Amino acid sequence: MLLDHRDWNIIEIIQSGIPLISKPYASIGAKIGLSESEVIQRITQLQDNGIIKRFGIVVRHRKLGYQANAMVVWNVPDDLVSSVGKQLKEFEFVTLCYRRPRKLPDWRYNLFCMIHGQDRENVKEKIALIIEQCQFQHLEHEILFSRRCFKQCGAQYVQRKAIALDVANG
Amino acid sequence: MDDLDCKIINQLQGGFPICDRPFKVVATLLEIKENELLQRIEKLLKEGFLSRFGALYHAEKLGGGLTLAALSVPEQAFENVTTIVNSFPEVAHNYKREHELNMWFVIATEKPDRIQDVISEIETQTDLKVYNVPKEVEYYIGLYLEV
Repeated sequence: MLLDHRDWNIIEIIQSGIPLISKPYASIGAKIGLSESEVIQRITQLQDNGIIKRFGIVVRHRKLGYQANAMVVWNVPDDLVSSVGKQLKEFEFVTLCYRRPRKLPDWRYNLFCMIHGQDRENVKEKIALIIEQCQFQHLEHEILFSRRCFKQCGAQYVQRKAIALDVANG
Repeated sequence: MDDLDCKIINQLQGGFPICDRPFKVVATLLEIKENELLQRIEKLLKEGFLSRFGALYHAEKLGGGLTLAALSVPEQAFENVTTIVNSFPEVAHNYKREHELNMWFVIATEKPDRIQDVISEIETQTDLKVYNVPKEVEYYIGLYLEV
């Protein structure tokens, strides 16, 4: 999908948040010279094309009672990664699941998932459940609990410079 | 937070309508007034239960670079290294984790080439090796937490 400068304008505006008013898309349109229906059409298209992966709220998990956050990493034989990845995503408490490269000899793990829980015990119980249900006893894994979060801001992909550039090209 | 706040959070984590009166659509589903929903969301944002209300993008499809990286930081250097790593605007999340690789952060850049620059700059400034583990396959991104 080719994006023009109007798409970039929309992407920039809605990355930080949509206005909390009755007709948010009309207000976004007014800022960038588009009609409400055009904004709606473009956001729909961005979502259909997978450029917007998720649209809605981002929660602060700690504040919502999910005190423990663990990155669980698995060492899975290469030919089994995709099937194990698909099994992991079936658990509702697994919030992210990615294949990533090993960095041998220091780092043997190639499958990463994120599990949030009320506390550490709760996260460990969830991992035990995965291992038991999927019979992953033979898979080496490690649990990397987080101790502190130093920085958590949404990645800001769009900066003024990029948009200006796009306008110039478009 | 009361039951209604929880319902609102659970509902909105599942997505947000794209139509002329999106808050009204959600309010109807929750059997409340549009105005009440707007006020509640504002309050949840202000009190810090929600970090934002907006879009999450596919970085690569937007032409950007994205990766996860890790460092093994000696305990006595931790504060100093944290300051260096967080000083890069491209570093989006940074967690201290219990492992020999004890610092894990996300790097998001406007252009893919810049990822390697940021990594090299971090290596120079910290004198530590950066382990770069970009995503190869995504099996799931849900980020749904029921409250």
